[in-house]
This record gives sequence, structure tokens and C-alpha cells, in this order.
Amino acid sequence: MNRPIRVLVAKPGLDGHDRGAKVVARAMRDAGMEVIYTGLRQTPEQIVEAAIQEDVDCVSMSILSGAHNHLFPKVVKLLREKGGEDILVVGGGVIPEEDIPGLKEAGIAEIFTPGTPTGVTIDFITKNIKRN
Amino acid sequence: MYNKEKLDAQKAERENWEKNKIAKTLAKRPERKAEFTSTSGFEVKRLYAPEDIADLDYNEDLSYPGEFPYTRGVQPTMYRGKLWTMRQYAGFATAEESNKRYKYLLEQGQTGLSVAFDLPTQIGYDSDHPLSEGEVGKVGVAIDSLKDMEILFDGIPLDKVSTSMTINAPASVLLAMYIAVAEKQGVTPDKLSGTIQNDILKEYIARGTYIFPTEPSMRLITNIFEYCAKHVPKWNTISISGYHIREAGSTAVQEVAFTLADGIAYVEAAIKAGLDVDEFAPRLSFFFNAHNDLLEEVAKFRAARRLWAKIMKERFNAKDPKSLMLRFHTQTGGSTLTAQQPDNNIVRVAIQTLAAVLGGTQSLHTNSRDEALALPTEDSVRIALRTQQIVAYESGVADTIDPLAGSYYVESMTNEIEKRAAEYIAKIDELGGAPKAIERGFIQQEIQDSAYKYQKEVEKGERIVVGMNKFQIEESAPKGLLRVDPVVGEMQKEKLKALRAERNNNKVEESLAALRKAAEGDENLMPYILTAVKEYATLGEICGVLREVFGEYQQSVIL
Repeated sequence: MNRPIRVLVAKPGLDGHDRGAKVVARAMRDAGMEVIYTGLRQTPEQIVEAAIQEDVDCVSMSILSGAHNHLFPKVVKLLREKGGEDILVVGGGVIPEEDIPGLKEAGIAEIFTPGTPTGVTIDFITKNIKRN
Repeated sequence: MYNKEKLDAQKAERENWEKNKIAKTLAKRPERKAEFTSTSGFEVKRLYAPEDIADLDYNEDLSYPGEFPYTRGVQPTMYRGKLWTMRQYAGFATAEESNKRYKYLLEQGQTGLSVAFDLPTQIGYDSDHPLSEGEVGKVGVAIDSLKDMEILFDGIPLDKVSTSMTINAPASVLLAMYIAVAEKQGVTPDKLSGTIQNDILKEYIARGTYIFPTEPSMRLITNIFEYCAKHVPKWNTISISGYHIREAGSTAVQEVAFTLADGIAYVEAAIKAGLDVDEFAPRLSFFFNAHNDLLEEVAKFRAARRLWAKIMKERFNAKDPKSLMLRFHTQTGGSTLTAQQPDNNIVRVAIQTLAAVLGGTQSLHTNSRDEALALPTEDSVRIALRTQQIVAYESGVADTIDPLAGSYYVESMTNEIEKRAAEYIAKIDELGGAPKAIERGFIQQEIQDSAYKYQKEVEKGERIVVGMNKFQIEESAPKGLLRVDPVVGEMQKEKLKALRAERNNNKVEESLAALRKAAEGDENLMPYILTAVKEYATLGEICGVLREVFGEYQQSVIL
């Protein structure tokens, strides 16, 4: 089965900076992925519900407000509870280097910080999604 | 501007130069690029000369500082009279912490305050709302009630400083709190000077901290125009912002066009609400970005001033010269900062500072080197402020007015930006004005296309960002970044609990019920909000009432 990779691009929390999320979403689409963008101000519950309903391979989140330590792990935890443990979770935004180990431990597979070429993110997702 | 005979002779000489000198040189050594383009995407010529501005009419197109169309500046003496206001945007954690940072900045020679609020405050939620979890005090100070505002300005005389507040959807509530704090200091509203951002349209376009749908939002804005014209006459009632449009990825031309289109919508709304244009237009102010393309940016500011003056005069028949003047704040470009080799950002900010000052800004915030990584530390903020002070006191650029005027390139670029921005505005007029164009996603789509194009150019190496896609080095993780203690959220919750126990809750209920009734009708809401604030109703309670009456804005998601 060779269906395109499906990605949910999500903006958890209250911040409205979605330039990065949208640029990444368009680059993914240009790379042949199917992309669903949630829009702003999504709660972890809403993101997880959308991820499961849309049967995505990856949830790609962006935060620039500093709330990542709170919101990213919550999404992973909820995904696991709702049977979405196979969904790859990645994140990006203004995230200090020293927060990254903790986020990875919580189950976020990779964090992409400012300046990352979109190709790097796309490559990572392509190589790391789990397909049954 | 030039004698025709001389111009013809000069043109002939130029053709000669291109045919002989340039052709020969190019044959030996081609130029670095096949085509040079500005960040707005128009061709930058090899050389600019008198023929590029042959049609420029000095009196009509430039005139003198303080004279229509204000191309050369809004004040007659500009920085020779008074330097721009150095105003660093700051605020984080609690009101206590932010109050300390403000006092530090004032001691360092800053001349105005600029308050950053956290996201829950900007979206009208109290710190104990479930959606505030993890966000309290992160990108600005948390303000839940008048109590926090009293602490925020403790020991800062509000008749002596001017304060800018980056607040939009709940602007009326924060302005009411500011008026109430001033009253407690014994300062009457007519003595207050400052600015509220109060620009909802760009929130829909680019920044995202909207609450209410367009129509009630425009009503709240015009309510503020009306109230301030009567009671707070020195207050800038709106800061019509291109800054965030540019940060979202627009070009310089789009920044001017979409900002002025938003401005037109506010003027139309106020006139429709029955206000006279010269009653409120003198208090309209603007907010622009300053990026690295130094000369394009200078041209942008000059073009924006000229275009706005014409719009106010020709479209709205404004008579008061103050209604025609585009006064603006500038912030250096956050999106131009790199996380890589952060000290390089100091240099970028210095160039952008020059752009803002050569463009005639009224006030300026300079970004700190570490802002691509976190909120800035005190050391970084000081360097950013010193950058302004060096430009002001050492560079000499503030000693004569509009020093780049008459540059063939800058004048030609000023014309080009004005022309292209006017074309965009005509297109938006066709779509029914900015609110309609936003609803249809036109403005968002244009910005996103520019953002994506820019990203692709960077990734292909067609655009060089030093330290990021060229001249990289191995770096270790930066140390000493500012962190907001997560305990702030708990502290705010405790404060709210205490407040709700000690205030007169009957009075709070009464004031909120009165506000609800007024919101359902068509009265000016400012007096009702002021009463509620003084009874220590919280920001979340006040916005909650308005949410129930007005409903909430639904974003049109465009990819």
C-alpha cells in the first residue's frame, strides 16, 4: 500500500505565530504529503481528536510562546491513551536547546528549531513514521 | 526636477556609458547575479540617475518637513528638536517582576514604556482559565485585574511617562485599568499619554490574538476613539500595525498596502459611527517593521507617509493637518534574527535602527540579540538600547532632516513602493475593503505566498542569511537564557482567589450586568468597562460577558 504520508500540522496553545507552521505545511504538501492544518489555539484534546479522526501518520506541532514543556508532552500522553501511540510526534518553534532532552524523553521524536530547512523536517518524518 | 536639455544630454551620456564601459566590463567580468531584486521583488537597477526621477516635483511630492504630503517627516525640525522615543517592549512573569524591569529601563535612559502582556491577557482569559495553562507570564506580564495593574505601575508617575500597550481585542479593558491606576495616583485622564495597539484587523490577518467577530470589534474600537477624544485627548487610540504583517512574511510593499488598507477601514467605521474625521484622525498612529534592506526600508517609510496623507486628504476630506500625518512607531524585524551566532543579530539591529531613523520614525524598539532563542536577558536588552543611543548621539544621522532625500535610488524606490501599494489598495477596495478581503482570505494568501517564496529562496541559497545558510560554524547551546518560572501561573491563581474573596462581589455583579445590557444595545461601552474595572471585576469576567453577547471570531484557515 502506497498512500501518501498524512500529517496534521497543529498550533497548540494561545500563540498566533503561524508563519512557520504554514510554511512547513506547504513544503510538506509540495513534497507529496497530505497535510491538514488545524488553525490557531488548539487544545491538546482537539489536536489528538483530529489526529485520530484524520488517521494521520504524524502530528507536527509549532509553538513560539514558551508553553512547549507543558503542551507537547500532553499531546503525546493523550495520543497514547486514545490509541494513537503509533503516530509520530514532532515539534518546532522557539524552543531552548536545554528543553529538548526532556521533550524527547516525553515522546516527541524530534524538535526543529529556527533556521531548520523544511527539507530536514520532511526527511525526518518520511524516515520515522510507523506504517503497519 | 531637471532641465530638459540637460536631462537629454545626461541620458545620451548614460547610453554611451552602458554601451561602452559597462559592456566591456561585463564581457571581462559578469556581475554577481543575473538580476538584483529588492525584498519586495522589484528589479534593482545597476545605477540610478536623474532620469529615474525626472517627473519628481519637489513641492508636490516631497515638500518640507511638517508640510503636506509629509514625505520628509511629520515635524518641522524632526530629530534636531527632539530625538525619537526609545521604547523597549518589555514584560514577563508577574506585575512585580515587570515593574522592576521598567524601572531598570527608565534608569538606563529609556524614554517611554512599552508593555508586553501574556497571551491569556491578550485573549481575555484570567490566569486560572483552563486555556491559560502553561501560558501565564510567558510572553508578557499577566494582568487579571486592576490589582495587577496597580503593581505594574507602582512608583512610576503616569503623568511623566508615556506608555504603549500591546493590547488589541481587550484594549478597552486595559485602557480602563490604566485610567483607574492614574486616578489612584492623582493623575487625571487628560494628562495621560500613550498608545494602545487596538488594531483587530491585523490580528485576523497575522497576529492571532482576536476574540470577537469583526463588527463588535470595530464597535469597541470606535467606542475608544470617541471616548478618548472627549476624556483622554493625548492618547493614541490605535496603532495600525504593519509590523506583524511583515513578520508573517509580507514584502515591504505589502506591509504598507495592507496596513493603510486597515487604516482606511478604521476611518470608515468611525465615520459611519457618526464621528467627524478631524475629531479622531489626529490620534491615529501606525506601527511598522524595519528589516535589513536599508534603502528599501527608508523608501517604505517615506512612501507610507506620502500615501496616507493623500488618502486622508482626498478620500476622507480631512482638514486638520494632524489628521494627514502618519506618525509611527518602529520595531526592528524579529523574523530577521537568527538563532545561529546570535551576536550577529546586534549588527542586523543596528542596520534596522538606521533604517527607522533615516525613515523618520517617532519611536523605536530595538530587538535583542537572543530573541530567536527566548525572551531577552537584561544584558541583551541593554545592548539593544545602546544601539539606539549610538545611532542617536554618535552617527550624525539625526542632525539633519531626511538626509537621504534626493538620492536617485531612494526617491525612485519611494515612488515605486507608493505606486505598488496604491495598486494593492485599489484591489482591496474592489473586494469591498480590508474586512471583506480578510474574510475571503485574500490578504492572508498574499502574505503566505511571499513567506513561502522567501523560505524557498533561503533554502536554495538564492538569499543569503549569514550564519544560517552560509558562513556557519559549530556552536554549543547558548547559555544564560531568560526563563519564566512556571510557578508564576500558580501565583496568579492564588492572587485571583484572594481578590475574589476580598472585593465587593455584589458590586462586581451589578457592574457586569450593566455592561451586558449596554453591550446588547448600542451605547459607548467605555464608561461601563471603567466602572467594572474599578470594582475589581477581572479581565476574564469582563471579556466573558462580551463573549456571551458578541460571540467569537472564527478564523478562516488558509493554506
